[in-house]
Amino acid sequence: MIEESFIQTMGLTFKLAGITTIILLFIGIPLAYFLAYTKNRFKPAIEAIVSMPLVLPPSVLGFYMLVFFSPRDGFGQWLDEMFDLRLVFTFEGLVVASIIFSLPFMVHPLQSGFSALPRNLVDAALTLGKSKSNILFNVLLPNIRPALLTGIVISFAHTVGEFGVVLMMGGNIAGETRVASIAIYDEVEALNYSLANQYALTLFAISFCILLFVYMVNKRFLKAQL
Amino acid sequence: MTILNIQKELRGSDGAINLDINKELDHGKLTVLFGKSGAGKSTILKIIAGLVEPDGGEIVINGNTWYSKEKNINLPPQKRAVGFVFQDYALFPNMTVRQNLIYALESKTKIHKVDEVLELMELTKLSIQKPETLSGGQRQRVALARALVREPEILLLDEPLSALDFAMRAKLQDELSRVQKLLGITTILVSHDKSEVFKLAYKVIDLQMGKIVKSGTPMELFGGENISGKFKFSGEIVDISKSDIVYVVSVLVGQNIIKIVATEDETTTLNIGDNVIISSKAFNPIIVKS
Repeated sequence: MIEESFIQTMGLTFKLAGITTIILLFIGIPLAYFLAYTKNRFKPAIEAIVSMPLVLPPSVLGFYMLVFFSPRDGFGQWLDEMFDLRLVFTFEGLVVASIIFSLPFMVHPLQSGFSALPRNLVDAALTLGKSKSNILFNVLLPNIRPALLTGIVISFAHTVGEFGVVLMMGGNIAGETRVASIAIYDEVEALNYSLANQYALTLFAISFCILLFVYMVNKRFLKAQL
Repeated sequence: MTILNIQKELRGSDGAINLDINKELDHGKLTVLFGKSGAGKSTILKIIAGLVEPDGGEIVINGNTWYSKEKNINLPPQKRAVGFVFQDYALFPNMTVRQNLIYALESKTKIHKVDEVLELMELTKLSIQKPETLSGGQRQRVALARALVREPEILLLDEPLSALDFAMRAKLQDELSRVQKLLGITTILVSHDKSEVFKLAYKVIDLQMGKIVKSGTPMELFGGENISGKFKFSGEIVDISKSDIVYVVSVLVGQNIIKIVATEDETTTLNIGDNVIISSKAFNPIIVKS
């Protein structure tokens, strides 16, 4: 038997992952493009900041975001007064936190995809009179499809699996911020093992299927390129 | 009028060299930029195309100024009507042969141009194939076709044939020569292959360490003009061996090894790897049908 709260929680989890991934795609493509081709001397610093979520404990990130976005002072207060936007313990806050936390999972594959393309492809397109944005959409992106797919899927899967940042930023409000990973923790705390297992098994199966899909499709892509 | 006046400091693997050339090119002809790798040949092409900015000078192509330090003109690569063929071809892997050519068009109204060039380069049969399915020689022809489809004012070829085997190279040299003469397009070819120079060049520019050391017709540069021979070949010594009282020098000319008898005195000045000219003055060579 599937409970209503289970469906609500899973729905919220995928809504969060979906929105996060779409926004990350729009942030990740220009950022990765910039990092792949720039000769800017601040590039290492930008790369370090983008990669921080990989090594930082999620609770550290969650803690600072909680402080930073607190509606009681500073930036959080300004957001609250100007836009009536509250990011602490809300779904919007979870989206912002997930974007920051999953940023390297989108940027890294795209950046290595761009870097692996021969530099001459861009030069050739320039001598054919094409603008930078035309080259990005017609030459570069179509030729890094495996990297795009990897970035999208890994960002999505990583957001589904996130726990620490979500707990710190969102708390555990049913229908608003309670995602699957939090729900497992919650059900275990309540000694409700069968429901916890239901969540856990679902996440397990979905994660496996997503990764299997990526590896199978990318294998075909790579074969096609040889 | 086509003038190349280029100054640029290059930092290569073996230290800095100063690229400094000033040369007027023959309109509608093929000029070869000849020289060892690292002499700055490819950089000159990239500077003409606007992919690399020079430190100073002036680039005038068919009377249009593309770059002038003095007049503060520096057209972006998109505004320069060049056809650039890269050493590794740089075909777009996501597009078919035909799509590669269509992408090169300035406007889709000139689509008939694509079919014309495909026909000219004998690529019509390959038009729906992706670059990855083509051989090296076919990719080369597609790259040339893509460069021609925009009807450029100058064609820049960066060692386009160096990755191909001997037979394919010879065939494509003929093809390149035919197309270049047919279209009468001013062309610069980068090469370090003397046989290619003789086959294709109207004029040669010999570039060493960023400077023009000699320029003229291939015969003037590499013909060994101070010998009035009946026939002459240039080649490279691959072996010197003693045979009884004489020495036998083996010289690689094109694909053939030619053995020349030499005295001990003569061999003292020759080393393996030297470029030499073999010529005959007093005796007529014998010709037989092969």
